[in-house]
Amino acid sequence: MGVDLFGFNNVNPWLDAFIRLQLAVVLITVVVMGYTYLERKIVARFNQRIGPQKTGPFGLLQAVADAVKLVGKEDLRPKSADPWTFELGPFFVFIPVLMTFVIAPFMADWNIRLLELGLIYFVAVSGLSIIGWIMAGWGSDNRYALLGALRSVAQSISYELPLVLCVVALAMFAGTYNLGLIVEQQDKVPFIVWQPMTALIFFIAALAELNRSPFDIPVGESEVAGGPFIEYSGIRWSMFQLAEYAAIFVMSIVFASMFLGGYIWPFGDQVGVGLQLVLTGAKALLFFFVVVWIRVSVPRLRIDQLMGYSWKVLLPLTLVQVLVNGLVLVNGWHEVVLLVAGLIGCAVLVTATSRAVERRPRVPATRTAPVMQGEAARV
Amino acid sequence: MPQADALYVNYVPVLLATITGFMMVLTAIIASRLLAPFSAEREKGTTYECGMLPIRRASTNVGMRFYLYAILFVVFDVEAVFIFPWAVTFVGIGQFAYWMMVIFIAILGLGLGYAWKKGALQWR
Repeated sequence: MGVDLFGFNNVNPWLDAFIRLQLAVVLITVVVMGYTYLERKIVARFNQRIGPQKTGPFGLLQAVADAVKLVGKEDLRPKSADPWTFELGPFFVFIPVLMTFVIAPFMADWNIRLLELGLIYFVAVSGLSIIGWIMAGWGSDNRYALLGALRSVAQSISYELPLVLCVVALAMFAGTYNLGLIVEQQDKVPFIVWQPMTALIFFIAALAELNRSPFDIPVGESEVAGGPFIEYSGIRWSMFQLAEYAAIFVMSIVFASMFLGGYIWPFGDQVGVGLQLVLTGAKALLFFFVVVWIRVSVPRLRIDQLMGYSWKVLLPLTLVQVLVNGLVLVNGWHEVVLLVAGLIGCAVLVTATSRAVERRPRVPATRTAPVMQGEAARV
Repeated sequence: MPQADALYVNYVPVLLATITGFMMVLTAIIASRLLAPFSAEREKGTTYECGMLPIRRASTNVGMRFYLYAILFVVFDVEAVFIFPWAVTFVGIGQFAYWMMVIFIAILGLGLGYAWKKGALQWR
């Protein structure tokens, strides 16, 4: 009982999995450093700055310098913190992120293991990180941390549902949960063409799951001063940072494989490893660039907008998408119907989004107005 | 390959990924213990409260609305468990499987509509 590894037949599965995982760990480390550097550079460009430039050529060694600094930084723990939950928090945040890399199809035959239920495994395991968040928030014995942890749990469970239903809608269309098989079906047309609304909602829900702006109220520095990680410093804090960027990396690979055709579109599977690497990398970088672009362009949502948006807009729309997919597939209609329905859904989504974010907060006007007048009179 | 063997081969990487993640964090923390300075300053042990001294422990009361969303989430997540196997098999079964799921989702939609009407989805 063995498996194939880089042309060797019948390799012991434990050895095979070990080698593949070590390669993935090296890849994750390099990509996380690249992503942090790129994010700083992109944000700097949007802000009309230059960004990191002193460390190495074009500031390329900035991530290395940051890592060295964080390892050598004092590791504090508050006296009143719960030692077990505080110490175990980073483990519970980072381990699920690494586990999700098992199903990521980087290139043809270059993956850890394409599980048959890959996408279910992905959504199940990536949701486990939230346990680490609430452990960190509770264990810190800090009100900001506890509030941030509660917010992150509320946000995470709300946006988990649209994410899961998008995965279901795509699996209905593809007929499988195996991410490798999903990629192989996209050699002619990527699935984003037939499922535009699913892709859009998946992207929004992914932003929320990753706690990226505009869904970053759990870690908002001006509201809860960093959220659950407020008491962490040095290497433990950098573990959270590593987990965040690794989660963005795996999400970019999964999004590229689900909707953008992964390594296969537009050149088919007969091209060399080099071109496949370029394709996967380009699509993942596109995802990352859009994430950073949204971060610098969109203001943070209030919590009432945020929760209402998931339950009142995204969830009904994904349920409708699931039903429409089923109707088209069970009757064997042409896929163009799905494209038209998806585009109509996108229009509805954009309209509903603009309505949801423009609503005023529910503060009684009669109570605030005299206060404002009184203050203005005093000035 | 027999099915049990396929399961074993497929999920060995999952177990190893768990162990690898644990070892990565542990190694980093041990490296930091060896390299980083440490001073037992008493003031460093207080929790951060924007410069104020914290009063009592942080485990205060939690808003009821978090709880409401959690209950709604459980309902809809169980629904997802039922949809998962249906999603990849309904084409083979045909119209019957599709319309059964329409009824199922309609009932859920009624539940969502009820929660909406009652104001459970509004953050107050």
